[in-house]
Amino acid sequence: MELFPSDAVFTPDVSWVALWPMVVMALGGLLLLTISSLGKGRIPRPFYALWAVLTSVGSFITAIPLWAQVHGWEDAVLWYDPEVDPTGPFSTVGGVIAADGFSVFLTMLIAVSMVAVVLVIEAYLDREQDRFPEMFALTMFAALGGMVMVSANDLIVLLLGLETLSVAAYVLAAMDLRRVQSQEAGFKYFVLGAFSSAFFLYGIAFIYGATGGTGLVHITDFLAANVLLGSSGLMLLLGLGLLIVGFAFKVALVPFHSWSPDVYDGTPSPLVTFMSSVVKVAAFAGMLRVLVMAFESAGADWRPVIQGLAVLSLVGGALGAIVQSNVKRLLAYSSISHAGFILLGVEAASDVGTAAVVIYLTAYSALVIGSFTVVTLVARSGDRLHTLTDYQGLGRTSPLVAGLFTFFLLAQAGVPFTAGFYAKFSAVIAAVDAGTAWLAAVAMLSAVIAAYLYLRLVVTMWFVDPAAETDTSHVGVPAAAGIALAGCAAAVLWIGIFPNTLTDWAERSVPAVVQPAPPNLVESGDEADADVEFEVGPDGMPGMPGPMPGEMDFGELDLESLGIDPAELEAMLEGGDLGFDVDVEFEDPPG
Amino acid sequence: MRQIDLGYLMLSGLVFAIGAVGVLIRRNPLVLVMCVELMLNAVNLTFVTFGRAMNDMAGQVIVFFVLVIAAAEVVVGLGIIVAMKRRQPAATADDVSVLRG
Repeated sequence: MELFPSDAVFTPDVSWVALWPMVVMALGGLLLLTISSLGKGRIPRPFYALWAVLTSVGSFITAIPLWAQVHGWEDAVLWYDPEVDPTGPFSTVGGVIAADGFSVFLTMLIAVSMVAVVLVIEAYLDREQDRFPEMFALTMFAALGGMVMVSANDLIVLLLGLETLSVAAYVLAAMDLRRVQSQEAGFKYFVLGAFSSAFFLYGIAFIYGATGGTGLVHITDFLAANVLLGSSGLMLLLGLGLLIVGFAFKVALVPFHSWSPDVYDGTPSPLVTFMSSVVKVAAFAGMLRVLVMAFESAGADWRPVIQGLAVLSLVGGALGAIVQSNVKRLLAYSSISHAGFILLGVEAASDVGTAAVVIYLTAYSALVIGSFTVVTLVARSGDRLHTLTDYQGLGRTSPLVAGLFTFFLLAQAGVPFTAGFYAKFSAVIAAVDAGTAWLAAVAMLSAVIAAYLYLRLVVTMWFVDPAAETDTSHVGVPAAAGIALAGCAAAVLWIGIFPNTLTDWAERSVPAVVQPAPPNLVESGDEADADVEFEVGPDGMPGMPGPMPGEMDFGELDLESLGIDPAELEAMLEGGDLGFDVDVEFEDPPG
Repeated sequence: MRQIDLGYLMLSGLVFAIGAVGVLIRRNPLVLVMCVELMLNAVNLTFVTFGRAMNDMAGQVIVFFVLVIAAAEVVVGLGIIVAMKRRQPAATADDVSVLRG
């Protein structure tokens, strides 16, 4: 006998506050595509850039009420609505989307990064006299995928976000139709991206087989309550390993990094700002939430793996960069080395580590967007001048651009009073705090090696006379790129000199394990005639979708409208063979 | 939990391995895309096997998500291959070598 009629519909609890940033980004991208198709080239290009900037700003603004709801209203910057109480971290849409400090902060970071990225793309398109409104639309869709990833509380939703992000990024990489390297980069990115997605997905399948679900909260609870032995334990380890391989491909960790220098080299330079900021933020956020939150109790299994990847990436990235003569490839290896530093925070598997990851991602986004904006400008028309020779004597011909690049490079090297120093400092502290001082020592050693390559670039710009084939024309800074550069430089200085504000935010940006809200069965109303509270066992309950252990309070229900006969329910309760505990208070006891 | 049917798991593992090895050793871009498809479909079989063993519908629902993802990836992949082939009609994965890697 089933309690609920077979046609009863359970609808998940949807909190639109948590979804608005994504909805704005998605609608903005779709409308931009629609307008550009209808306009057929009659609309001037700056309109699309303005549209994309406004969408990103709108996405940021809609994240403010969410921030306020998670952290409390007195912290809201612009928005104040005393009608709504802060609820703290919560999850929505049946528990697959998390709204906690971590997701809100990184959603805002993605929105802000998007503004800078769009400005750089606009400067690039203006120089190349190209019309590619698709470039803006695709970055917006990719940013949407990133926002889904930072909020994903279910492995399948994480995968959907990852694919939204990646599929758009494959096209972005192949976007420059004049350079054959660009299509090559797109193809390589596609093959390796799809390859790694398959590993990632296979990992999810085994975790599903071992734990019986894909929800991160479900996995957390399951692993906390059960010790998996024998074949189940093996399946869990296999799944975890495949998942880590998938992540390692996506964030380009040694030895899964070989695609990254090629893709950075071939991709149009302004889009590399996007790939190295938003894509990394989203992938590391997903990695951190899965490993540190869901697999916290399996830390002994995955921490050594992450430590190994961190050492390889730190050293491999720094050493690989030394032999490069192409600035984009050099920066690609440097970003591999940075990824190693971020792994220090992941590996720590603590709140300190999570805060370090958030600080590092914020600082790194500003640094890398700034650096690749300079690369975009120096590449001149056609996006072709990327070798070290092309940077010779830049300090004399274009002191402003060379000065900014020097500043960003020194910050990446970790010079004090810049964001780079503070980010590296946080990561090292997190590693020491987690008892892996040896890893911190390796990281500092690799930072010394990496400093050499940044200094080499600086010396090339200021102290080497231009070769005969070097283009010595002045590199101007268009207004759009200038705004992006100024913003990045200001952020780097601000984080470096006044790190307290960011630290304060980062320390509250911790993923939270929040039990999903019960599904809505019926609106509570005047007709309610029973107060129903279930306590469901580990096997779920008959008639309910999926296993959903824990307590559920359905509140006041109108039994008649659900097709439940109160007398029948009473008889079932008397029988006591329901398989779960149920506590019903009838307002008007039957019989 | 019902007994997991090991045969299906082994079959999916085998198909996944064939796909993975194919991506690593084949040259034709189209065959690369087909190999990725093999890998994704092997994962689908794994999901259905586990879903059946646990008597849980979620395993089969996930397969639909994976199918959509695979379709989207192939559309983009084929688009990139067409753009590449237009420039170099005889391109194989070995010719994609302007970039050292």
